[in-house]
Amino acid sequence: MSEIRELYQELILDHNRNPRNFKKLPDANHSSEGFNPLCGDHYHIYMNVDENSVIEEITFDGSGCAISKSSASLMTSFLKGKTVAEAVHFFDLFHDVVMGKIDPESAEDELGKLSVFAGVREFPARVKCASLAWHTMKAALVEENKPVVSTE
Amino acid sequence: MTQTEITNEVFSVTKARLDFPALHQEIHGRPLVYLDNAATTHKPKSVIDAIDRFYSRDNSNVHRGVHYLSQKATGQYERSRQIVQRFIHAADEREIIFTSGATESVNLVAQTFGRKFVHAGDEILISEMEHHSNIVPWQILCEQSGAKLKVIPFNQRGEIDLNGYAELLNPRVKLVGIVHLSNTLGTINPVAEMIRLAHSQNIPVLVDGAQSVAHLPVDVQSLDADFFVFSGHKIFGPTGVGVLYGKSHLLKTLPPYQGGGDMIHSVTFEKTIYADLPHKFEAGTPNIAGVIGLGAALEYLQRWDLREIAAYEDELVNTATKALKQIDGLTIIGEAEHKAGVVSFVMENIHPHDIGTILDMEGVAVRTGHHCTQPIMDHYKIPATTRVSFAMYNHLAEIDVLISALKKAIEVFR
Ligand SMILES: Cc1ncc(COP(=O)(O)O)c(C=O)c1O
Repeated sequence: MSEIRELYQELILDHNRNPRNFKKLPDANHSSEGFNPLCGDHYHIYMNVDENSVIEEITFDGSGCAISKSSASLMTSFLKGKTVAEAVHFFDLFHDVVMGKIDPESAEDELGKLSVFAGVREFPARVKCASLAWHTMKAALVEENKPVVSTE
Repeated sequence: MTQTEITNEVFSVTKARLDFPALHQEIHGRPLVYLDNAATTHKPKSVIDAIDRFYSRDNSNVHRGVHYLSQKATGQYERSRQIVQRFIHAADEREIIFTSGATESVNLVAQTFGRKFVHAGDEILISEMEHHSNIVPWQILCEQSGAKLKVIPFNQRGEIDLNGYAELLNPRVKLVGIVHLSNTLGTINPVAEMIRLAHSQNIPVLVDGAQSVAHLPVDVQSLDADFFVFSGHKIFGPTGVGVLYGKSHLLKTLPPYQGGGDMIHSVTFEKTIYADLPHKFEAGTPNIAGVIGLGAALEYLQRWDLREIAAYEDELVNTATKALKQIDGLTIIGEAEHKAGVVSFVMENIHPHDIGTILDMEGVAVRTGHHCTQPIMDHYKIPATTRVSFAMYNHLAEIDVLISALKKAIEVFR
């Protein structure tokens, strides 16, 4: 049970039950769709980025497992007010943590609450759940003709 | 033909479990409870030994050498064909084609039957509950030929709508493809009746037996199936080997699937004459060890009384269904009157993927997802299910482990 609690921490369960920023943004100037065909996780990320490259607003909708939904919820809370360059930087950092490439403690100061997802390192089958929203966010920001993002 | 005397032992799950080495291990510190048999089954020692023996002693190519080992390998390979023939009660061993699996068997029929008989304006009829492997090959054929794919609906319980089916049958339909036992819903489809209806309009039928062979006695002649496909790995055999059964008069009219060695009678640059059945459809060096392993798997299964196994598996499905229904917020997906092997469900507020992870930590292996049947998910407007699937070696006590693991999941998500 303890390993399970390690993965499903209270913060994750809370954001799964009550996802933040869980709505469409009709006038978004960036958006993208992410899909995991293997388990059916499916999200849209919506963003408004201002002329100074600051993410003024970021929301999401869609459906999926607790890990993917809480990840989208925490990511959107985290990235609001950050610049596009920072968002890309945090994408890399988050990715390295959940992939087990770097020690989560070394990134804790920067990632803050997002460090709660460090637990997925131990669950290789769930890494793509935690990173789906991030891949979708990045596609919305940096790719011109973006296909539907797919983590499989 | 020398036939091993098949003596049926009284079925005992305790005894059967001893024959499967992989069942006896711990996962995350808990005894493995393997409930993902619809994905693939574990292998009995006799199958592992047969493959080991082949590679450590009898290894040679088949149908090619006069030397001792080649003849021995050929003999064992062809003996498996006879074992399969008897297992599914085919009239003739030449009606048994070895492929790489159910998927390749369907593709073989789609491409060869399609090339010969399916043209623009024709229809292929399949059901809404097919596995993707009995959908996509037909979509490819339809794209190539200009034929149309039509779909037989099923009702909310997960049973084929036979009236809807009868209405869809018409002279433009060139072939019906139907799954015998649904890997997602557990529904046993009335294939004999469906074949009878199709035959009354001279339409041949392909039966996807990937799930049914391990759970139901199969007699292709009494079903009157024109084609019947299955995979070795879902019936205690190795991966990478499968079977296409086809009525010989049909197979004879079909063009070859792939060209190469072994499938020819003679080759010149002017004209090549194809080999007779079954070799016409077995181009190149086949999966010899796999075919021998499949033969060993079917021989293993036939040690037991298959009716006793079916009755025991019914008990597993019924017990699991009853226990699952006791859980608040749990809905069974697929409540057909006739079911076997499989119980799918969804739970309020807990996504199947999360259930799968939590069960895994308790040693319980289940499948979560769409199970390669996205149209079924669309039918019920759900993204995924958790699927419990049994084999004859599952213990009733394992259902208790499943239920208490599910209660832990509920606890975590409370
Ligand atoms: C009903 C059904 N048909 C076909 C297949 C395809 O079998 P394979 O992947 O072994 O070719 C499966 C296996 O998942 C199945 O369950």
